[in-house]
Amino acid sequence: MGNLYSGAEIVFKSLEDQKVEYIFGYPGGAVLPIYDELKNHPTIKHILVRHEQGAGHAAEGYARSSGKPGVVLVTSGPGATNVVTALTDAYMDSVPLVCISGQVPTHLIGTDAFQECDTTGITRPCTKHNWLVKDINDLPRIMHEAFEVATTGRPGPVLVDIPKDVQFAKAKYFKPKKEKKLNGKTLNKFDQKVIDQLIELMRKASKPVFYTGGGVINSGPKASELLRELVALTGFPITSTLQGLGAYPGDDNQFLGMLGMHGTYEANNAMHDCDLLINIGARFDDRITGKIDEFSPKSKKVHIDIDPSSINKIVKVDLSIVGDVAEVISATSKTLKKKNLNLEKSNKQKISKWWKQIQKWRTKQSLNFINSDTIIKPQHAVQRLYELTKNQDTYITTEVGQHQMWAAQHYKFNKPNRWMTSGGLGTMGYGLPAAVGVQVAHPKKLVVDIAGEASVLMTIQEMSTAVQYNLPIKIFILNNQYMGMVRQWQELLHEKNYSESYSSALPDFVKLAEAYGCIGIRAKSPNELDKKIEEMINVDKPVIFDCLVDQEENCFPMIPSGKPHNKMLLGPKDQEENKITDKGKTLV
Amino acid sequence: MVKSRSAYSTPSKVGKSDTHIFVVWVDNEAGVLARVVGLFSGRGYNIESLAVAEIDHKKNLSRVTIVTTGTPQVIEQITLQLKKLVPVHKVANFKREDKKVIFKEMALLKVVGNSAKIKKALNACKKHNPVILDKTNKSVVIQITALRREIDSVIKNLKPLGLVSASRTGAVAMTRGAEIFN
Repeated sequence: MGNLYSGAEIVFKSLEDQKVEYIFGYPGGAVLPIYDELKNHPTIKHILVRHEQGAGHAAEGYARSSGKPGVVLVTSGPGATNVVTALTDAYMDSVPLVCISGQVPTHLIGTDAFQECDTTGITRPCTKHNWLVKDINDLPRIMHEAFEVATTGRPGPVLVDIPKDVQFAKAKYFKPKKEKKLNGKTLNKFDQKVIDQLIELMRKASKPVFYTGGGVINSGPKASELLRELVALTGFPITSTLQGLGAYPGDDNQFLGMLGMHGTYEANNAMHDCDLLINIGARFDDRITGKIDEFSPKSKKVHIDIDPSSINKIVKVDLSIVGDVAEVISATSKTLKKKNLNLEKSNKQKISKWWKQIQKWRTKQSLNFINSDTIIKPQHAVQRLYELTKNQDTYITTEVGQHQMWAAQHYKFNKPNRWMTSGGLGTMGYGLPAAVGVQVAHPKKLVVDIAGEASVLMTIQEMSTAVQYNLPIKIFILNNQYMGMVRQWQELLHEKNYSESYSSALPDFVKLAEAYGCIGIRAKSPNELDKKIEEMINVDKPVIFDCLVDQEENCFPMIPSGKPHNKMLLGPKDQEENKITDKGKTLV
Repeated sequence: MVKSRSAYSTPSKVGKSDTHIFVVWVDNEAGVLARVVGLFSGRGYNIESLAVAEIDHKKNLSRVTIVTTGTPQVIEQITLQLKKLVPVHKVANFKREDKKVIFKEMALLKVVGNSAKIKKALNACKKHNPVILDKTNKSVVIQITALRREIDSVIKNLKPLGLVSASRTGAVAMTRGAEIFN
C-alpha cells in the first residue's frame, strides 16, 4: 500500500521525478497550498517574478537555452490570464512549457467566484493541451502526461489547472512510466526510401539551398552538429530563419545569412532562384516566403519536419519527410557516405556556377549601412557588442522590432540555444524576462538582452527579479525614442505620418537602473561606445545600458509586403549608388 | 503599381472548395468537443453540421461527425490538425459524393392543420422513412431520415401544409459493405 499524499505534495513529487530544478511563479489565493509545500522540496528553487507574463517568458528563456521544459506556477483568475501571452508565444515558437495554475475550489467553479476564470477555456487555443484536474486521483497521471505532451514531437506549452480543494485532497502517487506511448502523437517513422529520394534530388540539383529553422535547435545540440556535417558533405549553401540562427555557424562561408523580410540579399535571391530547396525544421512563415505565388518558383521543394501538419500547410512540397530533424539528417549523411557520393567533390563542377552567382549577390553587401562619427548607428552598436563578446560564450535575447532584426543580422551565432527571440508571436517585452530565465539556467554565462526602449518598458518590472536573485543580465537598449519598426513602416508606407509611434516622457534609464538597485550606463557617442560596453560586460550585476542611437535609421534590406524574394529594398548606400532618391524609397 | 499598406502579404488565389465529411473518434472527456470545434473556428474553417455522441461507454469513446467545405489543402490541414489533438484517436474524411459511404440526417417535423392537410403532409414525407411519433386530431410529429437536401425540400413542401416547427440533426456517416473507416 502506498502512502497518501496531498495534491500539493503530488505536484512537487512529480516535478522532482521530472527532474525540475526551477519554477517561475507568483503566489495567490488559489495556489497557496502548493506554495506552502515548497519549503519541503529543497531541490526545486522558486524564482519569484513581478508579473505572471514575466514568469512565462522567463520559463521560455530557461527552456530555450537549456533544452529542458520551463515550469510556471501561477494563481487563478488574473494569474492565469496574465500568463496567456507567454503561453501563446511559446505555442508559436514551439517552446516546451508546463504551466500549473491554481483554480477556485471545485464546488465554486462556474459561480463567478473571486479570482475565478475559465482558465482551460481561455488557454485551449494557445496550448498543445490542457487539463482541469477535478479528481485528485487523476493528478499524478496528468502531471506526467503534461511533461510528456510538452516535450515530445513538436514541443509546446501545456497547462494544468488545479482547484484549491484538489491541492488539499489526498491520493496515492505513482512515478512516470517510461517510454509511454502517447496516442501515436510522436511521429518519427520515416522510410529509407524517402531518404534515397532526397539524395537523388540532391545529386541532380545544380542550384541547391538548405533552408533551416528552429526545428534544428529543438531537436537538440546533436542536430546542429549533424547539420554542419551534412552541409560540409554536400557543399551546398545554407540560409536560416530567425529561430534557426546558431544551428549553423554564422561566420561560415557556406552560410548566406538569415532569409526573409529582413534577410540578406544573397539568401533571398538564392531562395528565389534555386532549383532545390531543402527545408529542415522550418515552417514557411509569411515573413519568410513573401508572396506565396512567386515563392521560389523554379525549385523542387523538400520539407523535413516533425509536425505533419506543417507540411503542405502554406507551400506545396515535392518531398516530405516527417521525423525528428537529427535522425533525418543523420540518415541522410549516412546514406550519402554509404553510397560514396561525395557531393562536395562530384557536384563541385555543377554547383560552382551557383556559388559564383551567390558571390555576385554577396558583393551587394546588403547589411551595409552608412556609419557615423557623431551619432551611434544601431547596427554599429550591435556589431561592437558582437566583437566585444564573441570570445566568450554569450547568450542573446531580444525584444521585438528593429533592434531584433539588427541583432539577427549583425550578431553572428556559432552555437545553438544561444539566441532567444520571440519570432512567431512577436511579443514586445519578451527579452528581459527571457534573459532572467537564461541567466537562471546559465549562472556563469554572459546574458545580454538586445532591447528597444519601447519593448523593454513592457516588462521592465522584472529588473527587480534579476536583482533579487543576483542575475547579472545586461539590458542593452538601442534607444531611438521611437517604436522603430512602426516608425519605419509609417515612413515607407504611410507618408511619414508618425501616428503615436514616438514616446515622449521616457524614463531616465540610468536612474531607473539605480532605482532597481542595479547599474545604469549610458553611451551617447560612437567614440565612447566600446569603453562603455566593456564596462557593462565587466560588471557582475544586472545592468541597464542606455545606448542612444540614430532616431531615423531604418532596417534594411527589406522585402516589402506582397513582394517576392527578388524584389528587395536595399539600404541607403545601394540606393544612393542607384540614384534613387529618398522619395523613391517610399514608393514600395 | 498599387502600393501595399499591409504588413502582410495579399491573399493568393483560392482553389475550388469541396464538401467533406469528417468522422473523428475522441475520448469522451470534458472539453473535447470545444477542442474540436475551437480548432475549426480558430483556424477559420466552417462547420456545416455537427453530430456527436458517445459510442462506446466502456472505452469512453465518442464519435464526432462534421460536415465542412474547403479546398483540398484546407481539408488536408483539418485532418492533420485534428490528429494532433491529444484526445483524438482516429480521423476519417471523405467527399460527400463518395459512393462508398452512406450518410444520413434526421429531422422531426411538426405539422398543425386539419386531417386533410396532415394526410398530405405524411404523403410528402413518404420517400423518407416517415415515422409518426405523435398524433392528435389537429397535429402530427413526423420523423424522417434523409439527405440534407432532401430534408430541405421536404421542409419547403410542408410549409404550405402547416409546418410549424422543424428540428434537425447533423449528418452521421457509415461505410457501405464490410469495410470500416480507418
